[in-house]
Amino acid sequence: MRIGDYKVSYGADEAVFRTGTVRVWMIVLFLAMAVFPFWAGDYLLYMANLTGIAIVAAVGLNILTGAAGQISLGHAAFVGIGAYTSAILITKLGLPFIICLPLSGLSAALFGVIVGAPSMRMKGLYLCIATLAAQVIFEYLFKNWESLTGGIRGINVPAPTIFGFEFNNEFRFYFITVPVVIIVVTAARNLFRTRVGRAFIAIRDRDFSAQLMGINLFRYKLYAFALSSFLAGVAGCLWVNFIKIVTPEHFPLHESIRYLAMIIVGGLGSVLGSIFGAIFMTIIPEVLKSMLNIVSAFSPDAMAYLSPLQTVVFGLLIVVFLVFEPHGLAEMWRRVKDYFRLWPFEH
Amino acid sequence: MAILSVEDLSLSFGGLKVLSEVGFAVEDGDIFAIIGPNGAGKTSILNCIGGFYRPQKGKVIFEGSDITRRSPDRRAALGLARTFQNIALYRGMTVLDNIKLGAHAHLHTGLLKGLLYWGPAAREEMALRQEVEEDIIDFLEIEAIRKLPVASLAYGLQKRVELARALAMRPKVLLMDEPVAGMNAEETEDMARFILDIKEERGITIVIIEHDMNVIMDISDRVSVINFGQKIAEGTPDEVQAHPEVIKAYLGEKRD
Ligand SMILES: Nc1ncnc2c1ncn2[C@@H]1O[C@H](COP(=O)(O)OP(=O)(O)O)[C@@H](O)[C@H]1O
Ligand SMILES: [Mg+2]
Repeated sequence: MRIGDYKVSYGADEAVFRTGTVRVWMIVLFLAMAVFPFWAGDYLLYMANLTGIAIVAAVGLNILTGAAGQISLGHAAFVGIGAYTSAILITKLGLPFIICLPLSGLSAALFGVIVGAPSMRMKGLYLCIATLAAQVIFEYLFKNWESLTGGIRGINVPAPTIFGFEFNNEFRFYFITVPVVIIVVTAARNLFRTRVGRAFIAIRDRDFSAQLMGINLFRYKLYAFALSSFLAGVAGCLWVNFIKIVTPEHFPLHESIRYLAMIIVGGLGSVLGSIFGAIFMTIIPEVLKSMLNIVSAFSPDAMAYLSPLQTVVFGLLIVVFLVFEPHGLAEMWRRVKDYFRLWPFEH
Repeated sequence: MAILSVEDLSLSFGGLKVLSEVGFAVEDGDIFAIIGPNGAGKTSILNCIGGFYRPQKGKVIFEGSDITRRSPDRRAALGLARTFQNIALYRGMTVLDNIKLGAHAHLHTGLLKGLLYWGPAAREEMALRQEVEEDIIDFLEIEAIRKLPVASLAYGLQKRVELARALAMRPKVLLMDEPVAGMNAEETEDMARFILDIKEERGITIVIIEHDMNVIMDISDRVSVINFGQKIAEGTPDEVQAHPEVIKAYLGEKRD
């Protein structure tokens, strides 16, 4: 039990991990992440990699949509741009993975800035449609610019190597994914402790007064687009190097909507929420699938009509969440934490 | 010397004439009041000064230079701060973050330094926190609420946080739109005291729109009266109060 510590200095008060208890838990979490790959099998490691990649993309979208309030229906397309950039740089130019990672991000960021430029004049639904247009156009390019993207056959890439070491299976790739996730999450948390993160939230909450407070709206909206698509690009690069093939089918509109669902279920504007949302949206469908497998072991023809049910149940779960916890999993987590902080002195 | 002046300001929306040829000069260090009935165009004047509205005609001169074509964020950086008639705090942020946001134009952390945090960004944030705590939070007596989300605060306190945010902008001129509207007597008295302290201790020039005539008469150095988008009188509070046009247009029809 601990009761709100008195913070001695502003420095200590501004720190992210404010108390000893939090630091202990962080160490426990890091240890668990380090031990996990040695304990888990291929399937769990596969899921862990996919979840990690989804976290990187979701943190990106949450900066743009959750924090800065600019709704995007094109996030999957930016993940796609990162994936294709990486695949092209690797297969055509033979660049090493470690160089491709930032370059994929930068390439997606460049397109993100182009798509975001009209955000100065457009808001809400209109911007939403503009990003939808971007989604459709990029999908079309992935499919039809065959000389560059390989058309519907896509591009195969070899397993990445870093300093001669090949990351050619789920276990090894885990040691790429996790450090990238840690860096991305830390950087995003950092940003929200500075004027840049505050400016994003101000733009979301009231953009006219944000400008009267000295914020250059255009610059900060472009920052949000650039950063968000940069992270999408990095996620795309990780993804293609993990799956080792990229085709146009991988980045459809409903993938963009899935990213939106992640940040809504997890908690808009919250970095922690992006993590929860990505985990939820990646793991829950798998859990439902394995539950279905168990049921169908007892009655084989249940599969036929239960398998569409899986999607329905998943959709229902999301709706139930939004109704009972509109601020997402992050808010739920905060309440649980508050409960234990004061325990056993509940109010 | 006049720190801020508007000359010949005219503004209309479509066919609706909101301001016609309004002009006045605000002396450095003064509390300058703008009064007038509802819909007279007072808020529109502040919006023209802040850059949120673009007047069709006329000029805004700040510290000797013409800022009429400057963007609102540039004007804020020059030292024009604003509080709003309808509170415009950022509901997704705590009191402390709202206040810190006011200092935006005076900070330097960019995107990359912000992502890194460690180093220059952290130092800047620490210095800001100290400035905000010592110069603003202490002064406005809001220590107890600094970690709360603004949405949870009572109306009077929200107004005070808005003032705090405006002070964090390190203004030379503070534009206040009806700072005591909707407040009870005690809150009004506190706010009037804060406004006087800001003028006297910090030397900040204040342009204030207010309906509460007692407050206006107590604290302002000069008063300008606006009716139907036109200036009908200007002078010391006593002069204005005695002005026949004013009595007819405004003071006559007893308000509040
Ligand atoms: N953005 C706007 N669009 C159209 N009309 C406006 C706008 N802003 C103000 N007005 C009109 O200008 C007039 C003056 O408004 P305002 O400046 O808010 O008055 P006051 O602050 O003195 O009560 C009102 O008739 C109002 O309807
Ligand atoms: Mg008004």
